[in-house]
Amino acid sequence: MKLLVSSSPHMQTRTTTAVLMRDVVIALVPALIAAVWIFGLRSLLVTAVAVAAAVLTEYVFEKAVGRDVTVSDFSAVVTGMLLAFNLPVTIPLWQAALGSIVAILVVKQLFGGIGRNFANPAIVGRIVLFLSFSKTMTAWQFPDAVSSATPLALMRAGDMAALPSLGQMFLGLKGGCLGEVSGLALLIGFAYLLIRKVISWHTPVVFVGVVFLLSWPLGGSLSYALCQILSGGLLLGAIFMATDYATTPSTNFGRVLFGLGCGLFTVLIRQWGSYAEGVSFAILFMNILTPYLSKWTKSKPLGGVAR
Amino acid sequence: MGLNLWIQLKMHGVHVPHHKNTAAMPAVIMDCPKSVTIPMSMHIGTPARPLVKVGEYVKMGQRIAEADGFVSSPVHASISGTVKKIDSFLASNGRRIPAITIESDGLMARCESLEPPVYHNQQEFLQTLTDSGIVGLGGAGFPTSVKLTVKNMAKIDAVIVNGAECEPYITSDTRTMLDQSRLVMEGARILQHQLKAPKILFAIEDNKPECIALFEKLCAAEDAMEVCSLPSMYPQGGEKVLIYHTMGRLVPEGKLPIDVGAIVINVTTLASIARYLEHGLPLVRKCITVDGSAVKEPKNVVAPIGASLADVFAFCGGFKAEPKKVLYGGPMMGIAVPDLSEPILKNTNAILAFAEDEATPPKTTACIRCGRCIGHCPLRLMPAEVEDAYAAGDVEKLAALKVNLCMECGCCSYICPAHRPLVQTNRLAKAKVAAYLREQKQKEAAAK
Repeated sequence: MKLLVSSSPHMQTRTTTAVLMRDVVIALVPALIAAVWIFGLRSLLVTAVAVAAAVLTEYVFEKAVGRDVTVSDFSAVVTGMLLAFNLPVTIPLWQAALGSIVAILVVKQLFGGIGRNFANPAIVGRIVLFLSFSKTMTAWQFPDAVSSATPLALMRAGDMAALPSLGQMFLGLKGGCLGEVSGLALLIGFAYLLIRKVISWHTPVVFVGVVFLLSWPLGGSLSYALCQILSGGLLLGAIFMATDYATTPSTNFGRVLFGLGCGLFTVLIRQWGSYAEGVSFAILFMNILTPYLSKWTKSKPLGGVAR
Repeated sequence: MGLNLWIQLKMHGVHVPHHKNTAAMPAVIMDCPKSVTIPMSMHIGTPARPLVKVGEYVKMGQRIAEADGFVSSPVHASISGTVKKIDSFLASNGRRIPAITIESDGLMARCESLEPPVYHNQQEFLQTLTDSGIVGLGGAGFPTSVKLTVKNMAKIDAVIVNGAECEPYITSDTRTMLDQSRLVMEGARILQHQLKAPKILFAIEDNKPECIALFEKLCAAEDAMEVCSLPSMYPQGGEKVLIYHTMGRLVPEGKLPIDVGAIVINVTTLASIARYLEHGLPLVRKCITVDGSAVKEPKNVVAPIGASLADVFAFCGGFKAEPKKVLYGGPMMGIAVPDLSEPILKNTNAILAFAEDEATPPKTTACIRCGRCIGHCPLRLMPAEVEDAYAAGDVEKLAALKVNLCMECGCCSYICPAHRPLVQTNRLAKAKVAAYLREQKQKEAAAK
């Protein structure tokens, strides 16, 4: 009889990386359904192309350099979905694919693969596309024939009367990227992630809270503040991108600071920047600050004595 | 109460599957094995010195080795028979330690000279405990008499009786509480009297409601004894964790529980003290949980110390699947044994045998920096950072991360979604830091 001898513990959780990432995919499904409902089947096509490009890029690169192939951990699927959700439904498919290739190849794999990237791959993919193809990246499709601008653009122009109602905004009946429009669908995903303990509440709640609290006095009304948090990529970014493990702090206090910074920079860009939307830039900026946040928010060992 | 609530909210740890399959099974006494191999070191401290010679006839309870120094413990024969050999054997910790092998005469004849000990004062009481061979039965194996030798008794605010039993599978302490509650209470009264302890706290995890109910009833009839029902969360039974969660006090680095007014004693240790004082029979047998996916009939067994694991498993019907991993203790902190000839030790509270499925370690993948190891560490350490610093060989950073505080509970490795060997790395890092600090001290001394 041959016995295996190893160091304890001899028992491990079943919640592996693949399970966590699969849960994120599941949490994104309500927003995908909402996108199909609001923008039509092309949302599905854009998402499929972005996911396929992400997974394929990861597979080919890892094969090429002789690393373990990690496509089965679903992290590339998550990146592909998140990138697609940050694109207008009218985007040319090759641009969607290019965004995924940039995200996976440049941001994730060249830095060492999962867990080693310093910036959120989907966010950088989106920003690269946004700066390269600003025309197609803002070619919004509107659920009704009336509107001709996104809520953020309307608010910037001070045209509050043309805004959709809060109820419509919450459901997602407005112009915007395909996965960001439905607050309801994103919140369902948030609830799922919290119940499954995939993410902690700290960053999303603080991020959205800061945007809300700063927008209220700046816009002068509660409905303006509510419109701000239901507009653009705030909920998608706060729930799914600002909670990415590798690019955000790992302590809860660090996560609160991260959310604070994201909220602050989002409001600054939205109010005074040259772009209507600032969520991705705010998150990217905080990604870069993360090593410092982690340094400042180390957990204090219980009973530790300074030496 | 506010403080207590705050502590509960702040509690870290992991929810492990309980697998308390044997909780409802009173312990059964195992048949006398053909032979036993009793190691001279089943405790923390100097190994005991053998007193018998090969060929000598010994009886159960007879002292066969004496304590060698203050932090040591005597060893007694667990069966009657002939000393076959005094030899060294390879223990599961990788060290060779001397052991006495006794071949049974099948009689289990009890040593006649054993009588309930008589003691008149505290010093005699502690000497009595030394003679009993009782060590910490929760797993640590620290000689109980040494633990209870407190210089300043006035410092004691509470004695915490550890009945948390937070490791999965193990139910031997549960059975002690249910089957020997009289002895447990007797032991508590003795400590209350001998240590002049102002309070006795029975700390029990809430996955054992019948134990909590029983002891609440028993405590109602006593002075200054109460039950602390603790949420079931591993590692609730860890000494520092237990003190934190029952008294709200933190044992600082380099200090002992007594420095914050606490003494923690395992519930089975307490019952053993009471039994010894009542009958004079030293620690020669142990209630252990035998379980795991490879075991045919899991049960709680009272086995003589020194019986081989093979004999104990055979008493439980043998194996229903080929065992691939066999443990002393629970799956979170238990020690894997190389073969089944290893003996039951004083501080063995369970032996588990796992078939292929549970035995195969999962594949390690890349760290995704999710922070779960940090969020679940009871001592708020940062295992992921320790892993990086260890890989980089940065001893100073390891020391700054306080990896020396790690109690090796294994929460980090358990919870890691990438199945990284975190606590295993902590162990290596601890050794590195200890060596580094020793070196620093020597340098400082040399500089003076």
